[in-house]
Amino acid sequence: MLTSQISRRDFLKTSGALVVTYALAPKAANAAIDPNTLGPKTVAADRVDGFVAIDSKGVVTVYSGKVDLGTGTDTALTQIAAEELGVPMQRVKLVTGDTLLTPDQGPTFGSLTIQNGGVQIRQACATAREALLDQAARKLDVSRSNLVVEDGWITGNGKRVAYAELVGDRRLELKLDAKAPLKDPSAYTIVGKPVARLDIPEKVTGRFTYMHDLKVKGMVHARVVRPPAMRATLENWSDARCKQIPGYLGAVRKGSFLAVVARDEWAAIKAASAIEAGWSKWEGLPDKAKLWDHVRATRVAKDEVLQNAGDSAAALDAAPKLLKATYDFAVHTHGSIGPSCAVAEFKDGKLTAWSASQATHLLRKQLARMLDMSELNIRCLYVEGSGCYGRNGHEDAAADAALIAREVGRPVRVQWSRADEHGWDPKGPPTLIDYRGALDTNGNVTAWESEAFIPDRPGQIAVTLVAADLAGLPKEASHPGNIHQGLAIPYAVPNIKASAHWLAETPFRPSWIRTPGRMQNSFGNECFLDELAAAAAADPFEYRVRNLKDPRGLELMDRLRKLAAWTPRTAPAGGAGEIAKGRGVSYVKYELVRTYVGVVADVEVNRRTGKVRVERFFVAHDCGQIINPDGLRNQIDGNIIQTVSRTLIEDLQWNRSAVTSLDWQSYPILRFPEVPEIVIDLIDRPKERPWGAGEPTAAVVPSAIANAVYDAVGVRLRSVPFTPERVRAALSA
Amino acid sequence: MSTTISFVLNGRQRSVQVDDPEMPLLYALRNDLGLHGPRFGCGLAQCGACTVHVEGKPVRSCTFPVARAAGAKLLTLEGLGTPEKPHALQKAFIEEQAVQCGYCINGMIMQAAAFLQTSKRPTDSQIKEALAGNLCRCGTHARIVRAVKRASESMA
Repeated sequence: MLTSQISRRDFLKTSGALVVTYALAPKAANAAIDPNTLGPKTVAADRVDGFVAIDSKGVVTVYSGKVDLGTGTDTALTQIAAEELGVPMQRVKLVTGDTLLTPDQGPTFGSLTIQNGGVQIRQACATAREALLDQAARKLDVSRSNLVVEDGWITGNGKRVAYAELVGDRRLELKLDAKAPLKDPSAYTIVGKPVARLDIPEKVTGRFTYMHDLKVKGMVHARVVRPPAMRATLENWSDARCKQIPGYLGAVRKGSFLAVVARDEWAAIKAASAIEAGWSKWEGLPDKAKLWDHVRATRVAKDEVLQNAGDSAAALDAAPKLLKATYDFAVHTHGSIGPSCAVAEFKDGKLTAWSASQATHLLRKQLARMLDMSELNIRCLYVEGSGCYGRNGHEDAAADAALIAREVGRPVRVQWSRADEHGWDPKGPPTLIDYRGALDTNGNVTAWESEAFIPDRPGQIAVTLVAADLAGLPKEASHPGNIHQGLAIPYAVPNIKASAHWLAETPFRPSWIRTPGRMQNSFGNECFLDELAAAAAADPFEYRVRNLKDPRGLELMDRLRKLAAWTPRTAPAGGAGEIAKGRGVSYVKYELVRTYVGVVADVEVNRRTGKVRVERFFVAHDCGQIINPDGLRNQIDGNIIQTVSRTLIEDLQWNRSAVTSLDWQSYPILRFPEVPEIVIDLIDRPKERPWGAGEPTAAVVPSAIANAVYDAVGVRLRSVPFTPERVRAALSA
Repeated sequence: MSTTISFVLNGRQRSVQVDDPEMPLLYALRNDLGLHGPRFGCGLAQCGACTVHVEGKPVRSCTFPVARAAGAKLLTLEGLGTPEKPHALQKAFIEEQAVQCGYCINGMIMQAAAFLQTSKRPTDSQIKEALAGNLCRCGTHARIVRAVKRASESMA
């Protein structure tokens, strides 16, 4: 049991005067189908009614386990469903990320919302449409082949019937048919069009309800008091000073989890700084100045060969020319502009948790484990928050709120501070990769070896909940995401060995942050390939093309070459002036199985200050069928700009006890004057499967910049970020 | 013990009861008055997500004591325009689709609204300088600049 300073009864007594407004998340409120008439809605992912419902007014409700996260996929999923069903978009409502109502389609990560989630929904809609056509054929007594669907009506031989009439409010009780025929893309009128995003009018006028705006009746506010050292234990505490604060209600403590609760948010903030707490010393973080020594010295849990061709060891031994290099990539924070926030409520032994989680189903599992509850007694609802770019603190805030709410018997809202978010969100782990490559006398790559030092992936894909960590409650081990992806190379090299040393430990709670591993691995791969091209005195663009056999990749590179008006270069050509200009190229076939991206970066390097300025990015992009070209361009912009920031500036700071870069001064990100121009060429393939676009472009940004810096000033930058100090050091080496 | 603080908010006389006059204005606007436009981003006046206008000037409401707003004219994103009747900037942000998650957009629009009062036909680089103190993490910058430019042209 928790040791709460106040009893539940006292708590209710003291907080009785609280007045709050009731506003359930609008999506959730609209979503519920009357349980009295229909019983619980299925969330089975192999059932049409898991994904789609049509009511007697013809309104289609689509239930998606994948959530928007600010990327525009709500609009894209609506397009997909409307197109496949043959109804106008205005008649489609979307319910997302509600464990009571939506199928578990896996976390919203890995650029899979359209590719997997959307394709599943499309298939459910196609199954429904086909069944309704059969039904209409019988009802209208018109041959199936004479029927067409338009605007929710099925017509043929001068007769017609509406979906609404065929379904009424009944369930679409059908098994999802994986072979249900899909609409011919040449007849599309909604998919492939730059439809305006549905959420933007409300977002630019203050009408939108973010997670941070959600109010639940009877809600109180809490703040968690974070230890000054990450794994310090709480030895003693006193809230005597908090009691002077009007609105202060009490503290909740379990192990090293300490939180203050108040009637209003400002009182909670003041109480969190007024409370006195004594913590043990802890200095278990590695010396940042020797991070890479620490990584190399970390125990390897297991080794894994990720790509193997020929005999790379023998080829390296026999090579007339051998190159070696090591690439490393700093620890990054997600840096959401809105710190994580959640509300949790316990009622009749059941927990409801609202959060901006990208994985409400996974969160439910984790909360059940932490609180020793059945998943059946927990409902997690997604309410859109600030962009998260991976697994940031949203789930942790939900766990904080749940732990506190269980004690106080009132709905609890936890809003993380800026320092909480920068200091306590899980991090993209430090990554180190060693490369060896061999060239024959014609400059061809004969052998390629890479060894990545990356944290191990124990158990299932989940990141520890901070509350469970601090309170000493049951939890899963932290999984950093599939960060080995992208180490394998897309080039036709006869002898390849790409391997991972899975490390038993990593300094910070690891998680996925946009393009996890694929960014770090592509950085090393595409820079080292550039080094081999330079050693072969070859043009880096031509060198890539020479080693590519994939026709789609070659077409993409041809488009990129024209877009950027690439001119061959075989040696740095930035000149000797203070400002040197250069351009670099990079290419990826994401995880070797999906989205293709090629980029050219134009940079300026100031030799005196060491400052790198990215002037322009040219992007050629092929993610198969494009659902919404404008939404896609918006995502590509975001990939480029955010990753320029990560590449040039971002570097988590810490001492031996804790993260010290706790605000935007100490962890700066790119600002408007530094933002590059972005020129995009989209390759649309309407007859192909749609692939993801939320991450792939980011994979090639650091390497393109590094290669452009080499082209400008002839030095290789092998450590992200490319700070002025590092550039000056490289120039004077 | 509590104090009443009154101001004109989006053209209407409003007041709040506060225990602490040093409480930042942001909490009064969001929690007491139920607004969704101004957003909590850092509480340190570093990111701009909380920007509102006080007497026509852009202010970081996360560090601006509510007591200092007493008697003042306040304008928030909600007061600037509505989906039915958007301000030129809101219209331009919709036309340029200049939003990803949108969490920072309140600050972008409110900062730009103050900027465009004095800069009638700004260049791209003047817009970038004007917004240099506002942070966006999604990488919507290029579209935001285009939206502000478009709005400035429509207002000229």
